[in-house]
Amino acid sequence: MSGTHITSAPMLELRGVHKRFSDKDVLRGVDLTVAPGQSLVVIGGSGTGKSVTIKCALGLMTPEKGEVFFDGLPANTSKAIAALRRRTGMLFQGGALFDSLTVWENVSFALMYRDGIGRGEAKKRAIETLAKVHLGASAADLRPAELSGGMQKRVALARAIIAKPDLIFFDEPTTGLDPITADAVNNLIVEQVRALGAAAITITHDMASVRKIADEVAMLHEGRIIWRGPVSKLDASGSPHIDQFVHGRAQGPIQPAI
Amino acid sequence: MTAVPARPTVPAVIRPFQLIGRTVLGAFREVGRISTFAAGVLVACVTPVIYIREFFRQCLKIGFYSLPVVGLTAVFIGAALALNIYVGGSRFNAEQFVPNIVVLGITRELGPVLAGLMLAGRVSAGIAAEIGAMRVTEQIDALLTLSAKPSRYLYAPRVLAATLTLPLLVLVADTIGVMGGYLVGVTSLDFNGSLYLKNTWQFVTGNDIWSGVIKAAVFGAIIAIMGCYQGDRSKGGAGGVGRAATLAVVGAAVLILASNYILTSIFTRIGL
Repeated sequence: MSGTHITSAPMLELRGVHKRFSDKDVLRGVDLTVAPGQSLVVIGGSGTGKSVTIKCALGLMTPEKGEVFFDGLPANTSKAIAALRRRTGMLFQGGALFDSLTVWENVSFALMYRDGIGRGEAKKRAIETLAKVHLGASAADLRPAELSGGMQKRVALARAIIAKPDLIFFDEPTTGLDPITADAVNNLIVEQVRALGAAAITITHDMASVRKIADEVAMLHEGRIIWRGPVSKLDASGSPHIDQFVHGRAQGPIQPAI
Repeated sequence: MTAVPARPTVPAVIRPFQLIGRTVLGAFREVGRISTFAAGVLVACVTPVIYIREFFRQCLKIGFYSLPVVGLTAVFIGAALALNIYVGGSRFNAEQFVPNIVVLGITRELGPVLAGLMLAGRVSAGIAAEIGAMRVTEQIDALLTLSAKPSRYLYAPRVLAATLTLPLLVLVADTIGVMGGYLVGVTSLDFNGSLYLKNTWQFVTGNDIWSGVIKAAVFGAIIAIMGCYQGDRSKGGAGGVGRAATLAVVGAAVLILASNYILTSIFTRIGL
């Protein structure tokens, strides 16, 4: 996504975030910033806490230590977290579409239940947003269970962008998709994030996604960000961890999660 | 890496006491969690915003679709009750009291308790499984990111629907249960049909019906709260969802029976 205008004030900042589950320290002081309009991709092995990082950022998990700032303000009260969520969108790994609702009700959920927009107007805007992710109006009245994996991801993307957020999180957006569908989803992400002028934080294992989506790449390892740089430097990072990850080798400083 | 402090070694003689202590504290912790959860949901039930569409959808799922199972339970219980009372009554020439005791037993006790237990199986397990599946597939996290509180959007409509529809189901169960007793009384026990109904109608009081209806409302709230609570806490995929459904049914059934005793004691004391 190179070429995007980036200002210096961060849209989101994580400072020294720690998160522990039972006896396991998953995050051990994560520092992360993303500027308005910037697309940051966080890479890292399985179980390194990538999803936990964005759940802490969204207030879905409470860190034991550290702070989250959104648009310069601390997101440490329920009111501040609510304000953060109003201006963010999230695409979950499995889509997390509501089974009991139709596609258009899923897409326009925030408009109806948060913003109080009527069902007629909400459906109209849902269909418009579905068109942006290349889904026809015929899909609007289907249930999520009637869609393919790729279509579910597109509906989830439509739900994430309908309220025109300033920051969008993507949790493994191409997991479980074939390479062609994955590339189509990557293209849609780039297209829509650019159209909105939003900042984006994506977590993924998929190097094709990284190269397509990222302005900058950060690597999470053993609970900390160990490398960050522009995507153009990925192949000459000088970091053995990045080299091992980029080339998908079992041998190296990162131990396989098996 | 933060070092994890090693656990101090506990002498073998202390371990049984440690186990008892841990179990008791765990039970208190669970009671505290359920109470806090229930308080949050009950507040959401009586303060805006109420999601009316969701409420009516739950009324249909919880109330209307439970009619067959509650009706069938009631008719068979009414019929069996009439036979048992006839056998017992005949030991001291009191067979004529069959209609009176059937209607009393059904309205005050068996109608609400059995409808409650049937719904604990059908509804509480269903709610726990549905919400548990939503929890493990991140749908509840998605709700939060879309600024919808699960307590308002998911739990309150279910609790309200169960609390309001179970009393209606119990009124239906009362009627069908009495008719079950009537059918057996007339066809097998040589009762005169109109006399059976006249005795039933003259004996039953508004208090008998009200006590059953009030119990049903409490049982409805218990059923939905236990389903929501266990579903909300489920984790770990399909196994976790199955465990949530089991715990919801067991918890709801035990709480129904315990609260039935407490309510009956209160009603007896205040003359309801």
